[in-house]
Amino acid sequence: MRSILRASWWVAVLLGGALVSGCGYNDIQTLDEQTKSGWSEVLNQYQRRADLIPNLVNTVKGYAQQEQAVLIGVTEARAKATSIKVDANDADSLKKFQQAQGELSGALSRLLVVTENYPQLKSDQNFRDLQAQLEGTENRITVARKRYIDAVQNYNVTVRQFPVNLTAMMFGYKVKPNFTVENEAQISKPPTVDFGAAPAKPTG
Amino acid sequence: MPVGRPRSAFLARLVGAFGALALVAALAPARAEVAVPPVARVTDLTGTLTATQRAALNDKLAAFEARKGSQIVVLMVPTTQPEDIAQFGIRVGDTWKIGRKSVDGKSVDDGLILIVAKDDHRMRIEVGTGLEGAVTDLAANRILDEYLRPSFRAGDFYGGIDHAVDRLIGLVDGEPLPPPRQAPQRSGRGVPGFQGVLMLLFAIAFVGGPILRSLFGRPVGAAATGGVAGFLAFLLLGTVGLAAAAGVLAFIIALIGGLGGGGWTTGRGGFGGGGFGGGSFGGGGGFSGGGGGFSGGGASGSW
Repeated sequence: MRSILRASWWVAVLLGGALVSGCGYNDIQTLDEQTKSGWSEVLNQYQRRADLIPNLVNTVKGYAQQEQAVLIGVTEARAKATSIKVDANDADSLKKFQQAQGELSGALSRLLVVTENYPQLKSDQNFRDLQAQLEGTENRITVARKRYIDAVQNYNVTVRQFPVNLTAMMFGYKVKPNFTVENEAQISKPPTVDFGAAPAKPTG
Repeated sequence: MPVGRPRSAFLARLVGAFGALALVAALAPARAEVAVPPVARVTDLTGTLTATQRAALNDKLAAFEARKGSQIVVLMVPTTQPEDIAQFGIRVGDTWKIGRKSVDGKSVDDGLILIVAKDDHRMRIEVGTGLEGAVTDLAANRILDEYLRPSFRAGDFYGGIDHAVDRLIGLVDGEPLPPPRQAPQRSGRGVPGFQGVLMLLFAIAFVGGPILRSLFGRPVGAAATGGVAGFLAFLLLGTVGLAAAAGVLAFIIALIGGLGGGGWTTGRGGFGGGGFGGGSFGGGGGFSGGGGGFSGGGASGSW
């Protein structure tokens, strides 16, 4: 008799375990961890870009001293982007971070457009190498961002669905903010084609 | 993907308005992303390479994989539009998972994909995360510059690809990677070992469980059964995680076994059944990615 009682106690413990894993708590843990590693990768790649910039600026400076405004723009945008302490779980903070990185992207592309006017710079092997590295890094940023967006989406969908939302509420897991399209206003505007101006051809 | 219904309807109307652009209308359904073809070492959807050339490349890549363990594949498509070749490349990488995922618990991710979009005049070397040190963005870019661009401009696609593959093999060879897994070793050790452990586990749980239970009482006996099973599994498999799982499973079986009377014994035959047969690792002929990961490394270029 006593052994049966004890057995049923064990069964209750096991059932309790099964219930905990059935309420989505473990799913939340997995997905939360995935968003965290995804976020680290995003930061990692942005940092990689920031690390490339001083070299790039110096190389361009050697050939295009007179482009002070653009060069200073890049340096300042970089300083701003790297000084931001970002909290991925805070929508405001994420937005600021994204804005700063977006400004840096803008400054960089202006710099690359300007370099088109300096054939000597363009044929400089060092510059070409930096350009290739920058391109690879931008691509990695795109990939890391996309993966982070997907991870957050997965997490958010899980956290909001019944019955996991009850578990999430109980343990304080909130919906995470996500990256948004940077140039929303630009995309929704139809493109204007102007054949008058000189073409600002991106590098190929 | 995020193209909503209203937008495509708008597109359709737009296309309709410009009746002269019948060609665009014909192309409109093809706006969807280019599908990723089935995985192979050499894929040529443009019909550029001859069968002999494809076979030669394939042999070279297969020999390299057998020697080094790393996987390199070549993909030629007519176009990647509307995507950029980089986006297409990462999609191919994620689908094919070229390269080994991990060897002995360490992630390797040593895959490489050379992609040529012939009509777009775009090319890309997609580098697996584990090879980003051996084939840096710079090195990839140089290969595009020095080997592929000149050959492609001259119309010599096979020559360019062949040289580039040689160069890539050279670069990867310089990287210390875990040796390739021997085919017989895998079939000898992997599946039967695990199956044996599983059989042993059930034997312990169903035969040893009742004995230990009657000796020590239900919970302690079950715990002892679980412990023994876990320990044996650890000895045989050498993995703590799997051994722990085996122990817990044996514990549960020993604990609840016999609760419902004799009915359990008849159910015994049901375990041990198939499920582990999976012949997906065919030794000969078939090729599949090893689960390698990509994170956008490499270089793109045009010619």
